[in-house]
Amino acid sequence: MLSRNQFAALVLSSVLAIGGHAFAAEKKVIAVSIPAADHGWTSGVVYHAQAAAKEINAAFPGVEVIVKTSPSAAAQVSALEDLSAGHKLDALVILPYSSEELTTPVKAVKDAGAFITVVDRGLNDPTIQDLYVAGDNIAVGKTTAKFLVDKLGGKGDLVVLRGIPTVIDDERIKGFQDGIKGSELKVLDMQYAHWNSDEAFKLMQDYLAKYPDIDAVWANDDDMLLGVLEAIKQSKRTDIKFALGGNGMKDIVKKVIDGDAVTPIETPYPPSMIKTAIYLTAANLIGQAPVRGSVKLDAPLITKSNAKEYYFPNSPF
Amino acid sequence: MTIMTDLAPARRFREFNLTWSDVGPFLALAALLIVGFFINPEFLSATNLANVITRSAFIAIIAVGATFVISSGGLDLSVGSMAAFITGVTIMFMNRLAPGAQGWAIPAGMAMALLAGLLCGLANGLIVTVGRIEPFIATLGTMGIFRALITYLSDGGTIPIDRSLRDLYRPVYFGTVAGIPIPILISIVVTVAAAFLLYKTKYGRECAAVGASEDVARYSGISVVRTRTVAYVIQGVCVAIAAICYVPRLGAATPTTGLLWELQVITAVVIGGTALRGGKGHIWGTVAGAVILELIANLMVLSDFVSEYLVAAVQGAIIIIAMLVQRFSK
Repeated sequence: MLSRNQFAALVLSSVLAIGGHAFAAEKKVIAVSIPAADHGWTSGVVYHAQAAAKEINAAFPGVEVIVKTSPSAAAQVSALEDLSAGHKLDALVILPYSSEELTTPVKAVKDAGAFITVVDRGLNDPTIQDLYVAGDNIAVGKTTAKFLVDKLGGKGDLVVLRGIPTVIDDERIKGFQDGIKGSELKVLDMQYAHWNSDEAFKLMQDYLAKYPDIDAVWANDDDMLLGVLEAIKQSKRTDIKFALGGNGMKDIVKKVIDGDAVTPIETPYPPSMIKTAIYLTAANLIGQAPVRGSVKLDAPLITKSNAKEYYFPNSPF
Repeated sequence: MTIMTDLAPARRFREFNLTWSDVGPFLALAALLIVGFFINPEFLSATNLANVITRSAFIAIIAVGATFVISSGGLDLSVGSMAAFITGVTIMFMNRLAPGAQGWAIPAGMAMALLAGLLCGLANGLIVTVGRIEPFIATLGTMGIFRALITYLSDGGTIPIDRSLRDLYRPVYFGTVAGIPIPILISIVVTVAAAFLLYKTKYGRECAAVGASEDVARYSGISVVRTRTVAYVIQGVCVAIAAICYVPRLGAATPTTGLLWELQVITAVVIGGTALRGGKGHIWGTVAGAVILELIANLMVLSDFVSEYLVAAVQGAIIIIAMLVQRFSK
């Protein structure tokens, strides 16, 4: 509810900003272009982008952060055109829908003189960006794998749930496989469940039917982990020592805070990275702090002791 | 297809002289069970079969409703989004009531789900019949609308059920009566009621007549508008019943709930022997079709033959082979 009101306020304020542009010409404009909330992770991106816009607009009267969400790559291209037509953009923070379609439109914004910050998904031409902020998908898999190797004493049978065949999924799986290399952990089975709780529930039921003894489950995303946990609960099986996910969904981070025995850790691929990007961009515009370069956020182990840092109870994700 | 050839199988059914399209899906189901047993004996274990049939319940219940729509010559692409929307609305309604009404919030939520389903179905029906818009386009439109509404209601995240209701509601999916999971019992009740409606009542025959030939039906004094609209309302109510069983499974609605269910539903209806162009509906075949789809997916995981990258291709091939076997053994 709150975030919708915030959104309405934001739309209103950006409309007012267009109207009052002539009077406040010295205000520096940071446009933020992100995908619309269509699943858990993107809903987190929208939440954190709006939170950052609100905080920066309140803290720095000389800056105007405008957030624009788009439901498709084509819509995002149009949104960029609209944003540049309505304002002189001093900076653009963009989480591109797809690298191919957005590269040329972002270059046009850059040629008009804006500072370009690219988040998460890179453009085809990396020379366009001034700043690149992303998470580390390989580390998501590797950190989880290292934890399992450590806790299972280097020995055990695992099942893995993959997401949708994409680079993100491949990198997480690769990191995981690298992480268990050299140990006696064995992946019994690995199938796609499309980052969907329902499909993960079914797949886990099937894994449980197929394998009488499983030491640990890794779902490479928290939406899937929810389905996995429900299937384990139904089966009343006690052989599964760990069921782990990844991404930093609030429900799972809450489990870590509460000291859950089966899900004691989490690895982040935080949607809040959009906030890092917006703040860094603002730091460059306001404080002349040098930020050009690449920032790769690590995927550190979230345990009970540091989980509070990653817990956002008001975020939809 | 004329009205004469269409009514002939209906008469035969009453005399228990079953046609191939009546038994075909069940033979395919039996064949699948036998093949499955040889691939992995675990396939026929009571737990596995109970799991698979229970989770096919959503698609089966929705597909029973779709049999009416398709039999009457319509199509409904919105069922998956509608299921997600009804799930979301139901959970929000129950959560709102939970502090005051406690356990009573659950039956109230179920009533709310049925009402929502009825209204969603009615909207689809009226757009198609009174608005005279092609069912494909009309329901493609409402599919987008329902999907956007659930995304909006959830802010793109999840709508979880209140903790105090979670354990109370859980048995509706996970519970059993006399050893049979409750969703299976609900599907059986829905199917028996639907079979009665389609085969033993005037409405059922009107449905098939409208689907076989709209003009002939109209000249025979059947109201095409009323018959088709009622079919969409039945579909809406079936989606609501499926949503009622679905809520306790994961206890949440998300923008990805029910994604692509419409395709599974239509596939189940067609595997079940009902022609996509309308005419006689096969309720029991539809249910067999839904179970077959879920069994194939289950078998893909239990077998080790297929690379995870090729699962969808093998599933597609099995469905086509099953249809070809039915076609050529007539």
